[in-house]
Amino acid sequence: MNEILNALFVLVLILNLFALGNGRILSVIKIVAVQGVLLGIIPLFIHAHLTAPEVITSVATIALKGFIIPAMMTKALRDVQIKREVEPLIGLLPSTILGALAIGITFLAFAGAEPGLSGGASLIIPTSIATVIVGFIILTTRFKALSQVLGYLVLENGIYIFSLLLVEAIPLVVEMGMLLDLFVSIFIVSIITNHINRAFSTLDTRALSTLKE
Amino acid sequence: MILILIAFPLFMSALALIVPWNRVRPFFLPLSGVAHVAVTALVIARPEYRAFTEWLAIDPLAVVILLSVSALYLLSSFYAVGYLRYKKDRSNRVFVASFSAFLGLISLAVCSRHLGLMWVAIEGTTLVTAPLIYFNRSPRSIEATWKYLLVGSVGIALALLGTFFLAYASLRGGRGATLDLGELVAAAPGMSAPWLRAAFILLLVGYGTKMGLAPMHTWKPDAYGEASGAVGAILAGGVTSGAFLALMRIYQITVAAGQGAFASRLLVFMGLFSMATAGVFMINQRDFKRMLAYSSVEHMGILALGVGIGGVALWGALLHVLMNSMTKGALFLSAGNIQRAYQDKTTDAVRGAFRVVPLSASLFLAGFLAITGSPPFGPFISEFTILSGAFASGRFVSGALFLVFLLVVFVGMGITVLKVVQGKAPEDVVDKGYRESALTTIPTVSFMALVILLGVYIPPFLKDMLLQAMQYLGSQL
Repeated sequence: MNEILNALFVLVLILNLFALGNGRILSVIKIVAVQGVLLGIIPLFIHAHLTAPEVITSVATIALKGFIIPAMMTKALRDVQIKREVEPLIGLLPSTILGALAIGITFLAFAGAEPGLSGGASLIIPTSIATVIVGFIILTTRFKALSQVLGYLVLENGIYIFSLLLVEAIPLVVEMGMLLDLFVSIFIVSIITNHINRAFSTLDTRALSTLKE
Repeated sequence: MILILIAFPLFMSALALIVPWNRVRPFFLPLSGVAHVAVTALVIARPEYRAFTEWLAIDPLAVVILLSVSALYLLSSFYAVGYLRYKKDRSNRVFVASFSAFLGLISLAVCSRHLGLMWVAIEGTTLVTAPLIYFNRSPRSIEATWKYLLVGSVGIALALLGTFFLAYASLRGGRGATLDLGELVAAAPGMSAPWLRAAFILLLVGYGTKMGLAPMHTWKPDAYGEASGAVGAILAGGVTSGAFLALMRIYQITVAAGQGAFASRLLVFMGLFSMATAGVFMINQRDFKRMLAYSSVEHMGILALGVGIGGVALWGALLHVLMNSMTKGALFLSAGNIQRAYQDKTTDAVRGAFRVVPLSASLFLAGFLAITGSPPFGPFISEFTILSGAFASGRFVSGALFLVFLLVVFVGMGITVLKVVQGKAPEDVVDKGYRESALTTIPTVSFMALVILLGVYIPPFLKDMLLQAMQYLGSQL
């Protein structure tokens, strides 16, 4: 059990690095989708006895993060007809190295710092925080609106990982509410990116600079 | 009762999506507003209706926020009907649905006794207000909406991480992971201190972004600047009050955990920093709606400062939530009227509003005097209480800085406001002969009447409410 769980967390971290190192937006959408599916699978391995709410949450997470949101993003991408993130603030390779460093530091900081957690669960906190940081890196160093949304999704995935520690604190209705919020926000964002593209003829958020002091 | 507060506006929102008549739809808003105020009044009068389920109940703190949100929404909703009359050529389906859904979601946030549920509701208010900012479909409003969504979503995501940290701090304390407010307060003394502190910082940043505390306020001038009057009012008085309540919940837990001094320091710092930032950006501000946004940043700072100082100042801060909502209502609605008459919102084009829209211009000027803390208006009482609280508790530096920043804001805001209302109006605007309509002026006048009324007389029931909220927070006057 623990070996599988550890392997899954390592996979999540590797996907973070792939997301940082890939300039094709469509590929990043797919990477984040795979990460979403993994996040749906992980809870099934954490708990010895599965209850109905846990299974429902897992299925809903996989459906939303693995399929529905990627499909919405792919459609938004097709509508605006762009393919690549050109000239990010930090190049792809440097940002991958930065991400790897962040992961390393997080693991050093949290390794063994949390005594109460044993086995596979001990990876939850560092993986979560490292994923949040990677999400931030993507969000702040990419300029295309859709890339920034992908950064937000990675950040959100990181927060989701943390919630795996707290299953008893988060009832099903709240879990579903969070997923619904995520769905609606991506829905609104995909409409707005389309309108940004029409109004400004680009998805580069640096064009959005009329409003300032 | 609580179910009506939450479900009725959401039902009206769903109905607005279905109903095909563009002329009828706007009236759903006052309908939701009237029902909401009626239930709120009942809940205030009869405390036995305040409990519903384990996670949904109106505690003494929530009732203060509920009252200010409800009153603000009611008057704004009438104004929204008048506003939509000017936009007859466009479908108001999404506008009405979002405006109504906002009321349901903010009520859910206010009534939540579960921090996860509260987070879901507050995130929901961000999402439903985005289409409202976007209503004009201009490139500027697209830009504002994008920034609002991105900054708001990231901020609120950090609040979620902070919420989880809080549950984990409770787990580490040996009381099990929980997000139930009552259980968290009970578990607070045993919580793991580093995790609790980390949680407080993340929650302060997260909900502070929604409140618009500096330096997380960057979305605010853009969003408030591009939103219509009624939307600006519910953003500046509704969304911010909800986020403030969230912050108070966290503060309560932090104080119960014995980390009150740590939380106070951060709140006082953020409060004064927000006031200073607002002051800097308000000087020479040509855009009077962006000016109102910075005024909102300032007043969120005042709230944070009041809570941070505690005691008498906390009482002042709770009162200020209500005062700020009502005054912001008057300011945003009158600013909306002025903007419509001139089709502009900068002092380059807007001059002599006294001649063009005399009523709205007078209300705008009165609103400015009120919000900057001049007597006899309501905010004077609350701001003065916070000031005397600061001096009474020996925080002379904070108190002095508070006064200085109030003065800077008064001067900065005053210059812009006087430019708007005084002087000679451009000929082409006068020739257009814009007439103020009843639906867009009566709500504005009502807001101002409430602000003046609360300035000279605070009804006993309100005093009781605030006192109970103080007791609930475990604080003494």
